[in-house]
Amino acid sequence: MTLFLANARLIDPEALTEIEANLVIDNGIIAAIGAMSAPQGATVIDCSGKYLAPGIVDLGVKIGEPGERHKESFRTAGQAAAAGGVTTIIARPDTSPAIDTPETLEFVTRRAAQAPVRIHHMAALTKGREGREMTEIGFLMDAGAVAFTDTDHVTTDTKVLSRALTYARSLGALVIGHPQEPGLTKGAAVTSGKFASLRGLPGVTPMAERMGLERDIALIEMSGVRYHADQITTARALPALARAKAAGLDVTAGVSIHHLTLNEYDVGDYRTFFKMTPPLRSEEDRLAVVQAVADGLIDVICSMHTPADEESKRLPFEDAASGAVGLETFLPAAMRLFHAGYLSLPQLFRAMSLNPAKRLGLPQGRMAEGAPADLVLFDADAPFVLDRFTLHSKSKNTPFDGTRMEGKVLATFVGGVQVYNNDNE
Amino acid sequence: MAFRARHLLGIEHLSQEDIRTVLDLADRYVDLNRRTVKRTDVLEGMTQINMFFENSTRTQSSFELAGKRLGADVMNMSMQTSSVKKGETLIDTALTLNAMHPDLLVVRHQNSGAVDLLAQKVNCAVINAGDGKHEHPTQALLDALTIKRAKGRIQRLTVAICGDVAHSRVARSNLILLGKMENRVRLVGPPTLMPAGIGEFGCEVYEDMREGLKDADVVMMLRLQRERMDGGFIPSEREYFHRYGLDAEKLACAKPDAIVMHPGPMNRGVEIDGTIADDINRSVIQEQVEMGVAVRMAVMDLLAQNLRADRGRALTEETYA
Repeated sequence: MTLFLANARLIDPEALTEIEANLVIDNGIIAAIGAMSAPQGATVIDCSGKYLAPGIVDLGVKIGEPGERHKESFRTAGQAAAAGGVTTIIARPDTSPAIDTPETLEFVTRRAAQAPVRIHHMAALTKGREGREMTEIGFLMDAGAVAFTDTDHVTTDTKVLSRALTYARSLGALVIGHPQEPGLTKGAAVTSGKFASLRGLPGVTPMAERMGLERDIALIEMSGVRYHADQITTARALPALARAKAAGLDVTAGVSIHHLTLNEYDVGDYRTFFKMTPPLRSEEDRLAVVQAVADGLIDVICSMHTPADEESKRLPFEDAASGAVGLETFLPAAMRLFHAGYLSLPQLFRAMSLNPAKRLGLPQGRMAEGAPADLVLFDADAPFVLDRFTLHSKSKNTPFDGTRMEGKVLATFVGGVQVYNNDNE
Repeated sequence: MAFRARHLLGIEHLSQEDIRTVLDLADRYVDLNRRTVKRTDVLEGMTQINMFFENSTRTQSSFELAGKRLGADVMNMSMQTSSVKKGETLIDTALTLNAMHPDLLVVRHQNSGAVDLLAQKVNCAVINAGDGKHEHPTQALLDALTIKRAKGRIQRLTVAICGDVAHSRVARSNLILLGKMENRVRLVGPPTLMPAGIGEFGCEVYEDMREGLKDADVVMMLRLQRERMDGGFIPSEREYFHRYGLDAEKLACAKPDAIVMHPGPMNRGVEIDGTIADDINRSVIQEQVEMGVAVRMAVMDLLAQNLRADRGRALTEETYA
C-alpha cells in the first residue's frame, strides 16, 4: 500500500531542518521526499500546516508484564504509545520477576506482539537486579535484548559491577546505568533543600548524582564498555559527563521529559503523582539540563513511563510509589520546551527519536528516503486540558492532570501502517 | 472574626491576624482553666476523635482535656493497636472514621503530609497534632502564648531555637510562626542536625551556641530525637551536652531576663541541665504545658464556629435550592 502525505512540514533531526514537502510511503519505507505529485493509486493525506517527524523511540518504558499487568499491559502501553507518537518502545526489565533469563525474555517478546507499535526489550545486568551475579548477557543478546540495565537498582559492589561491565564489553553490549550514589539516596523522597526542609520530607543532595556518575565513568574507563546514563538531571553532573565525552569514552546520557518540564516545587502539598526517581530538581538544575539537551551534551529524552495504581499513590508521600506515566503526554510536554523557545523541533526530535535509535543500532529515527516509515503527524499548537481518565494507559498517574497543554498527535504510522488517528478519538 | 480556616494543618496557612485571634481567645481560656469549674458548652453535642498513629502522652491528654472542658464527646483511638496493623491504608481508616460523623479530628502521624492527605478525605475539621518532620502547629501557638505572657509581646524579640532542628516539626512550626510575627530567629546546633537549605529561611544559623545565645530574649531548647535518627548525627550524648546542652554558663550569654523553653519530654543531661529546667525564675516549661490546653481549646472553639457556619450555609442552600 502506498501513502502520500501532502504538504507536511517535515522535521529532519539529522540535518536539523524543517522543510515543507510531500512524502511517499511505500512498503513500510519512506520512498520519496520532495515536491513530486501523488503516485498512481496512493492514498492521499493532506498535512497542510502540520508537522511530520520521525516517530519517538522511547528508551526506558516500564510495562507491567510479567507480574503487574493490572498496572499496564503490552496492549495498553502500545495504545498509549501510538496515541503519544511513540513508535518504538524500549521496555525496562524491572518487572516481577525481572527479565534476567532468555526464557522470561522470550515470554515478553511473545506478549509484545499485542502492541500496535514496535517493542524492543532490555534485560537485567545482574540476576534479579540484585547486584550480585551478572546475567547470561550472551544468551540474552541472542534472544534479542538491546541493552542491559538494573534500572534504579544501583549495584553497590563495585567488583561485581566492574566484572559485569568488562564481560558486557567483550560482547559489545550496551549497559544503561542509573548514576546515583546509593548511600546518600537511601530513604530520600525529594531533592534536599529549602522545599524538602519546609515539607519535612527526607531529601537527597543533588551531588549524589554526580558521585554516581563519576564512579560509573571510572568503571567505563577501566572496562571500555558502551554506557548510557539513564537520567542526568542536575547541573553538577554535567561537567563530569562533558569530560567523559571529551576523553573519548563511549558514553551517552538521557533525561526524562518530566525533569525537563517540572521542578521540585511542583510537588506542592505532597502531591504523590510528582514523586519520581530521581526526585524532581531545582529550577536552576532544570534549566541547566534543558540547555545540555540543546547543546547535545545530553543525547536522549525519554518518558520514563512508570505506571502506578491509585493504591500505591494514595499514601503519605514517603510511602507512595515513585514514577509517572509519560507515553501519551510525552509529545505535548515536549512542546512546552518548543513554545518556550528553549529547543527547536529538530533538536527535540534529535533527542527523542534519532539519538536513541542510533544508540541502540536501530534504523528508525530518521527523516530520509529509505528509512522505515515510522512517523508522527502532529499539530504543535492545538491546545487542550489533560483529563487523566482519557489516557490509554491502565494507570493514570500523570503529573499533568488538569493542566493546559499545547500539541496534539494527529496520526501515528509504524512501518507505513497508520496505528493511531486522532479523528477516531 | 478573622480566623476562617476549615482545618489547622500548619502554621504555614495562617495569617498574622489568625495567630492573634487564636492567642487572644486562648488568653481567655487560661483564666477559665484556673477556676474550679472549668467547663463550658461551646462544643456541646460535638464529637472529637483523637487519632494518634505515633505514641504521645502529653499532647494527646492535652487535646483530650481541652475537648472535655469545651463539652465535646471525646474518643481516643490508639492507632498502634488498631486495624492499621492489619494493613488498612490511611485513606480507608479516614473514610471509616468519617462515616461515624465526627466534628473534630485530631491527628498525629509519623509521615510528613499524612494529615494533609487525610484532611482531603473527610468532612470535618482536622487538627494536625504533629506530622513527621513537617509541622506541629498547636505547639507553636502554645509557645507563642507562653512568650507573649512572659515577655508582654510576641514581636521584635530575639529567639534562639537550639538543638535537633533537622528532625523537629516543633522547630519548623515555630520558625514559621515567629517569622510571621516579625521576630528575629536564630537556629543553633551542629550542622548535621540542621536541615538543608536552612539559610534560605530568613533566619540566622549558628554552630557555636554561646554566639547563638548572645542577647537572646527567648531560648527554646529542642529534644534530641533519638527515635527519629537513623544513626550517626552526633558522636555521643556527652559530647552533645558539652557543646549544645543548655547549662548556666551558656545561658549567661543570653539576656539576663531571657526565658527558657522546652516542648518536652526532656532528656535531662542531654540537651538541658536539670537545674536550669527547674529554675522557676528562668524556665517556663510548666507554663507551656498549661498554655497547651488553653490554646487547643481556642483552636477547637474557632474551628467549630467555622464548621457550624459552613454547615449552616450548606443547609440554607439546600432549603432554597
